[in-house]
Amino acid sequence: MLLFLIRRLADGLLTMAALLTLTFFVMRLAPGGPFSSNRKISPTIRANVEAAYNLDQPLVAQYLRYVRGVLQFDFGPSFRYRDYTVADILLNGLPFSLTIGLWAALVATVTGVTLGILGALKRNSLLDYSTGTIAVIGIAIPIFVLAPLMQVYFAVMLRWFPVGGWNDGWRSLVLPVVALALPNIAYISRLTRNSMIETMRENYVRTARAKGIGRGRVIRDHALTGAILPVVAYLGPATAAIITGSIVIETIFALPGIGRHFVDAALNRDYPLVMGITILYGFVLITFNIGADILRGWLDPRVRHD
Amino acid sequence: MIEADLPARPRSELSLRFGRFRQNRLAMASVVVLTFIVVACFLGPFLFPFTGQDADFDAINLGVDFTSIHLFGTDDFGRDLLVRTLEGGRVSLTIGFLGALVAGIIGVMYGAVAGFVGGRWDRVMIRVIEILYAFPYVILVILLAMLFGGGNVALFLAIVFTLWLTPAVIVRAQAQSLARREFIEAARAGGMTRRQIIVTHIVPNTLSTVIVYGSLLVPEVILSESFLSFLGIGVREPQASWGNLIQAGRATMSTDIRLLLLPATMLATVLFCLNFIADGLRDAFDPNDR
Repeated sequence: MLLFLIRRLADGLLTMAALLTLTFFVMRLAPGGPFSSNRKISPTIRANVEAAYNLDQPLVAQYLRYVRGVLQFDFGPSFRYRDYTVADILLNGLPFSLTIGLWAALVATVTGVTLGILGALKRNSLLDYSTGTIAVIGIAIPIFVLAPLMQVYFAVMLRWFPVGGWNDGWRSLVLPVVALALPNIAYISRLTRNSMIETMRENYVRTARAKGIGRGRVIRDHALTGAILPVVAYLGPATAAIITGSIVIETIFALPGIGRHFVDAALNRDYPLVMGITILYGFVLITFNIGADILRGWLDPRVRHD
Repeated sequence: MIEADLPARPRSELSLRFGRFRQNRLAMASVVVLTFIVVACFLGPFLFPFTGQDADFDAINLGVDFTSIHLFGTDDFGRDLLVRTLEGGRVSLTIGFLGALVAGIIGVMYGAVAGFVGGRWDRVMIRVIEILYAFPYVILVILLAMLFGGGNVALFLAIVFTLWLTPAVIVRAQAQSLARREFIEAARAGGMTRRQIIVTHIVPNTLSTVIVYGSLLVPEVILSESFLSFLGIGVREPQASWGNLIQAGRATMSTDIRLLLLPATMLATVLFCLNFIADGLRDAFDPNDR
């Protein structure tokens, strides 16, 4: 188990280093700096501005300086928001993004697993079919189509929740969280249903039943662990889906989170901010991937010894 | 379906599988609907005397009226909504199918080489994939779209660059198991070069898997394209795409939902059809995997 842990952590560090390097060079090679689109400025001012942002140094020196900064959670100043550092912007946005992201993950997992298990235990029932239909809808209709429709219906027509913003306490959380959770509910319920059906056919479940253990207890103590494995494996991709989704959701619901900054930064060519957010996202994703792997290794010995 | 009942004629594995696909009503209905939408997008705009970029300032914000020439009305520049949606579909569908094709070809070649050659080359090649996989996918697309300087070509390159990974991994696994089979051994003994073996034996034998996963790539590409266009990073105004039409429709949705609904319905329908077709292909191609 220890060896497995060390190997996973080493992999993670390597990927993180690759991410850092690739992001840096992609950003530096991208055409059009933040100062090139504005009106003409004199060469002296230009040189001064570039010196202030260290853009006049050789690329490798810039890279080393950047890596040293990142290790101290210093991503440099933002090109766009003059008085803020990238770290400030990240720390300001993080609470909003984390709040909706974690709620969405919780709602998606609990609802998805519950629906999946119920669907598997009562196959071909009305519940199973309606869950299946919801899953197809959730997988096929993109979140940026669903969210505006939810806004029109629940916010504009019914006036249950605010259209956007962060001023109504829990009520302003409901629509973004549901919109963000929906595609994941769809995936997780499908995954759980299929793996639950498969697990119920396993020999060890049959053995447990043959020993005379009640159906409820077999499901709780034996089948569930096996059935939950694919869902744990999905934790990594689910994190990616929630990060991706939050970019759209924060834009649609006008929430001041990191995802919204990312889109603005990409459009404004605010390179330090884009890099900072990419690295933060990459870090979160890699951490969750490792976490999912460790959890899987703990639940299933076959993974550890692979 | 009558032809399927003739046992005398020998049929290839592939045509048997497509025969099985034809039995799937949902998938076949999806093929019909999808074909209709594709034809409508590519030929439909020619039926109208204007294009989606012609602003008619005498006909701004018209509502739905099936008796007039503007069937679904116009937007705030007086551009016809239906024609714009159809033209947007042209862009989205072209990028979708072409992107999936190119990503599929790159992935198959990469995976076949890595899996068949094996050894140190394989380890390096799979490492590259693993690192690229660790990137949040959409973020990689956004970074690459910025690197290539924006515009449709940049968008296309960025999407292809990120989506060839899954077919590569799948084909690699297949190529690995194929490489140990006797007929490959025989081909090698017979003096075929590695390149000939990959092209004539490995790639054709992975085809059925590739068709199944390739059909899943198409909706993914369309989704990415509209996602980025929605955010303003992909296809830009005045050119239409389903993504930026939905974005434009969102701005007026509280007073006039029509601008949102038409492109959103088209996009959702296409994605539904493609998902059903992919499901049908999977069921037809590996019946054990259910």
